[in-house]
Amino acid sequence: MNRKKLQKLTDSLTKTSKHFNKFEVKCLISLFYNLVGDVTERQGVVIGLDRNAFRNILHVTFGMTDDMTMDRVFRGFDKDNDGCVSVTEWVCGLSVFLRGTLEEKMKYCFEVFDLNGDGFISKEEMFHMLKNSLLKQPSEEDPDEGVKDLVEITLKKMDRDHDGKLSVADYEQAVREETLLLEAFGPCLPDPKSQMEFEAQVFEEPHEFSEM
Amino acid sequence: MGVALTRATQWSAAGHGTRTLEVTPLNEAILTEIVMFVESFIYKHPQEAKYVFVEPLEWKTDLDPSAFGSGYIVSETTVNSEDVDKSGQPLLFLSVPQIKIRSFGQLSRFLFMAKSTKLTEAQACIEANRNPVAKILGLDYKVIDEISEDSSVLSILDKITKDDDPASETKMKIAMLLKQLDLHLLNHTLKHISLEIRLNPGTFKNDIELLKRFSGKGKQTVLEFIDYTSDYEFSNGCRAPPWRQLRGEICYVLVKPHDAEILCVTCSKGGVFLNGGKTDDEEEVNYERTGEIYKDLVTLLREKSAIFSENMSKQGFLHVRSCHLCTEKVRVSEGQQKEKDQPDETPRKTEDATLHKASTASHRSALESSRINLGKKQMTKRLEPSLNWKTTVDAKGKRSSVRDTQGGKHEGRLEKPRPSILPGIAQFRKSVQKVEDIISDSTSESEEDEEPSERRKEANADLPSEYWQIQKLVKYLKRGNQTATVIALCSMKDFKLAQETCQLAIRNVGGLEVLINLLETDEVKCQIGSLQILKEISHNPQIRRNIVELGGLPVMVNILDSPFKCLKCLAAETIANVAKFRRARRAVRRHGGITKLVALLDHEQNSTEPTYSSLYETKDVEVARCGALALWSCSKSNGNKEAIRKTGGIHLLAQLLKTSHENMLIPVVGTLQECASEENCRAAIKAERIIENLVKNLNSENEQLQEHCAMAIYQCAEDEETRHLMRRHGGLKPLASLLNETDNKERLAAVTGAIWKCSISKENATKFRKYKAIETLVGLLTDQPEEVLVNVVGALGECCQEQENRVIIRKCGGIQPLVKLLVGTNQALLVNVTKAVGACAVEPESMMIIDSLDAVRLLWSLLKSPHPEVKASAAWALCPCIQNAKDAGEMVRSFIGGLELVVSLLKSDNKEVLASVCAAITNIAKDQENLAIITDYGVVPLLSKIANTTDDKLRQHLAEAISRCCMWGRNREAFGEHRAVGLLVRYLKSNDANVHRATAQALYQLSEDADNCITMHENGAVKLLLDMIGSSDHDLQEAAAGCISNIRRLALAIDKARYPYNSNRHYKLPSITQHRTCHSHAQEP
Repeated sequence: MNRKKLQKLTDSLTKTSKHFNKFEVKCLISLFYNLVGDVTERQGVVIGLDRNAFRNILHVTFGMTDDMTMDRVFRGFDKDNDGCVSVTEWVCGLSVFLRGTLEEKMKYCFEVFDLNGDGFISKEEMFHMLKNSLLKQPSEEDPDEGVKDLVEITLKKMDRDHDGKLSVADYEQAVREETLLLEAFGPCLPDPKSQMEFEAQVFEEPHEFSEM
Repeated sequence: MGVALTRATQWSAAGHGTRTLEVTPLNEAILTEIVMFVESFIYKHPQEAKYVFVEPLEWKTDLDPSAFGSGYIVSETTVNSEDVDKSGQPLLFLSVPQIKIRSFGQLSRFLFMAKSTKLTEAQACIEANRNPVAKILGLDYKVIDEISEDSSVLSILDKITKDDDPASETKMKIAMLLKQLDLHLLNHTLKHISLEIRLNPGTFKNDIELLKRFSGKGKQTVLEFIDYTSDYEFSNGCRAPPWRQLRGEICYVLVKPHDAEILCVTCSKGGVFLNGGKTDDEEEVNYERTGEIYKDLVTLLREKSAIFSENMSKQGFLHVRSCHLCTEKVRVSEGQQKEKDQPDETPRKTEDATLHKASTASHRSALESSRINLGKKQMTKRLEPSLNWKTTVDAKGKRSSVRDTQGGKHEGRLEKPRPSILPGIAQFRKSVQKVEDIISDSTSESEEDEEPSERRKEANADLPSEYWQIQKLVKYLKRGNQTATVIALCSMKDFKLAQETCQLAIRNVGGLEVLINLLETDEVKCQIGSLQILKEISHNPQIRRNIVELGGLPVMVNILDSPFKCLKCLAAETIANVAKFRRARRAVRRHGGITKLVALLDHEQNSTEPTYSSLYETKDVEVARCGALALWSCSKSNGNKEAIRKTGGIHLLAQLLKTSHENMLIPVVGTLQECASEENCRAAIKAERIIENLVKNLNSENEQLQEHCAMAIYQCAEDEETRHLMRRHGGLKPLASLLNETDNKERLAAVTGAIWKCSISKENATKFRKYKAIETLVGLLTDQPEEVLVNVVGALGECCQEQENRVIIRKCGGIQPLVKLLVGTNQALLVNVTKAVGACAVEPESMMIIDSLDAVRLLWSLLKSPHPEVKASAAWALCPCIQNAKDAGEMVRSFIGGLELVVSLLKSDNKEVLASVCAAITNIAKDQENLAIITDYGVVPLLSKIANTTDDKLRQHLAEAISRCCMWGRNREAFGEHRAVGLLVRYLKSNDANVHRATAQALYQLSEDADNCITMHENGAVKLLLDMIGSSDHDLQEAAAGCISNIRRLALAIDKARYPYNSNRHYKLPSITQHRTCHSHAQEP
């Protein structure tokens, strides 16, 4: 990509993403192209990170392990649903992912948790997301009992309108009262530690990436 | 049957060897039931009746062979049954008197034949076969029998399905039949026992006897002593007088635990409680109940004495161990065990066992299984019936209602899991703690530091639903990943964590361990959630202790380094809650917490740190506030005060003091106030110009803030410069105006305290007069709590140093209330009151009022106070009274025994007391008659005796007293004889001008006696006195010159006497010229 184009891209992305300054956007763009690798730009082919590549980044950089969550995070980044994260999506996504306000993060997390995208987190979806969250004990008669109970606890805490499922409003109200519930159904944001490491690495040593 | 036999029946205490069943109604009932069961066995279960026992039941029978009829081969001394087993052995074999039976069929028939002696036979059988079930079914079934208590039949059925052997099926059936019998027997016994449930004299007697055996001096014992108040025992076992027996009272006991006062306890049928104590003079007991009712003596003592409880657990613990060992042995071979039970070790084990029985709570439920075996082990002494039965029945018969009593005990066990495990360490820790506490901690909160009493044992009879919900959440905390953990934490936060039930529920289900454990993870969210909960529940003193015991503090101290401010805040706030007792505060310091907390205060530096965009951000000011909050808690320990100062905390606090956030200022000023009790810290506070800001905050609206500011000023104003600063910064006016608001007593105490200390400086006292503070203070002399009174009176005492203030006090009628306060008992108050009254007495007009109120007599009687400070203060106050009273001499003499008392106070060890008494004697001795009296009481030798002091204040007043006392009879000579003169001369080497003057005057008086002159000369007084003559103090000059002149005159006289014709030769005395100059000097002024 030529310099001029890069400059232009940087400028436009700096405008769209609220939380990064120009330098940071530049770093992220260069990181993106580093990650994508040497793909020659052709007309009609979108350059981007496909699902696997993106999941790899999530796993290695941000220590995420859960397959489902990682898929959902990918979906969260891939706004246009074309199966790969473009440079714009990358920068915008990371803007929320790393620096988002509570509002933005709530919106993002809800999208991640709303598995079927119907605007509600249903009991089934919760169960699905929480089913591996408890250590199974062989002595138990019903191994899922704990998980079911956990779902009930969560509903009791978050379902404000008592309709047995979480709407966006339910979720946002609950999170506003208790920030800890932001990632109630699984970690889908970087944990603070790896976030710090990532930012330190990307923004303070840009040359390392450009040379890669 | 096994359980019923071992636990319900009453075995005699027949020493080792075979034991017999006691003949009691209960045992009889049990035996009858067993006999009925066995007799009917052959009809009811013909199949099982043929089953051959694993081992024969064998015992000595009284039955004659002739009694056996058909079906038996009878010879003269032997009987064989015709029924034989597979190997041809007879199932019944009698060889007089030994009988062996190996089937239920034969047992049934045997009992049938025994007819009238059935019961005796059954008894003999059970006595000889201590574990019939094991013999019948084999050892492993016996074990099942015990284990299966809970799951009962289930596990047995389990076993049946496993092996299909028909023989074992029969065996199982028998096992079940026996089990049923067992249950039946226990139910049966229950009816008997329920009649016996209430406490009776026997129970108490046993308990008390037992405790007596473990009482005495030394650390191992549980009590120092325990004894009845009355030796007489009525025939019904009671010791209470008959009219009290009507109320169900049985006896009264005096108990002295190691760590408490003597307790006087009433033992009654309804329970045990503290009574009004023994009245001093008579043998009577004050029967009024003064404490809660406990279910028995041991429970009461556990509540009252930590050492008792600890040592009890130790005894119990020892016992339990030995019990476990015994269990093993019993299982291997019972007979063997019997032989091993040598007499010498027997008593000890019995004691252990019985003690264990007597000890309640902790061990019972925990070690129930071992207790079952304990029953078997009880070969030497029968368990005391009623208590034992109660638990047995609870455990078995009333399974369903177990929580009534056992539930409570269960609670007890949960509440104190540790001491029983490591009693030694606990005790060690405790002793170490005590020592350190004495060394390093401020006394401010002794009551708060006491062990919180755990008296919830009975209260928790039924657990609230929260308990189970919390238990479930803790389970998820333990088993969940971080997502589940966060959900569980959030849910737990919704409980009413301020309620004690929830707090204790979290602890009792093991939640504290998990919460603290979560703090050690890397999960920020889990840490936050956990700290939020800990912060809330740590308001409970018991929880605080548990957190410290579980090692929570070092973890929280580490979190103070976290990059997340939110976490820092929470950790600091939790530390603030936990560090309310000494051990915790020390732990914070030891783990470097003070340094880290002080670092939190530095919010300027904090804000320069890189911030990470995070949802868990808070303001830097908030971080500093939390840091100050934690420091406030920590600063109650002296060690921490020093640490705060050394790490630059005072400086940072001073910076924070400039802010205007009220909720920040309170902890900051609170910390400063605590620190100000340390000399070094006060210096730092002065250096940081904190006073100015304290004054500013005195004008705040917040009462708490005002209070802490005033407290801080109170502490700091000990220092003169600070007092001047107070005046310069205009701090006196707000103080004076705060005096008018008397509703908030704590603030009033702090304000009056600050005024007291400030008014030590005369300029300040003048200021206070301007602000009309004196009048207000006088108004506060009535109807105020003691803390306020101490300070008010202290302030008045200081203000009285000024003549005008004294007049104001008299005019406002302040003297009467002051004098009224002389009859109080508060030591600090008395010291201040005497001082104030003394100060007023300087004014002759006030003295008249004082005299008319008979205050001098009150002051005089305070000389008998046990507190040296009060004594000294009273003696000081007497001086102006004697000086200014009309007919002082007559007044002093009118106090019968008063002079003797004063003289006897010269034997005190306290320098302040001595100095004050010397001053009083000086004044008393102004009256010739009184001087004569005190001389008779031996004032001269006593004064001479204390003359070797090095304390300047004492020297001054002593010298004055001596010079006064010289005025009578041959006291001068007497001082010389008691070697006071030589010592007095040394006083001239002191640096204190007052001492010089008083000493010179005393020496002048003493020098009237020739011998004394010689002593003075020998001790080099002349040279020293010559120097004094050069002084600018005229009194001193005169006295010194007079003294030298006396010495000189003597020398001349001696010279003349010795060398009447040659007056040029003389001792090595100062030259005449010198002497002349001295003399002329002396005459000048």
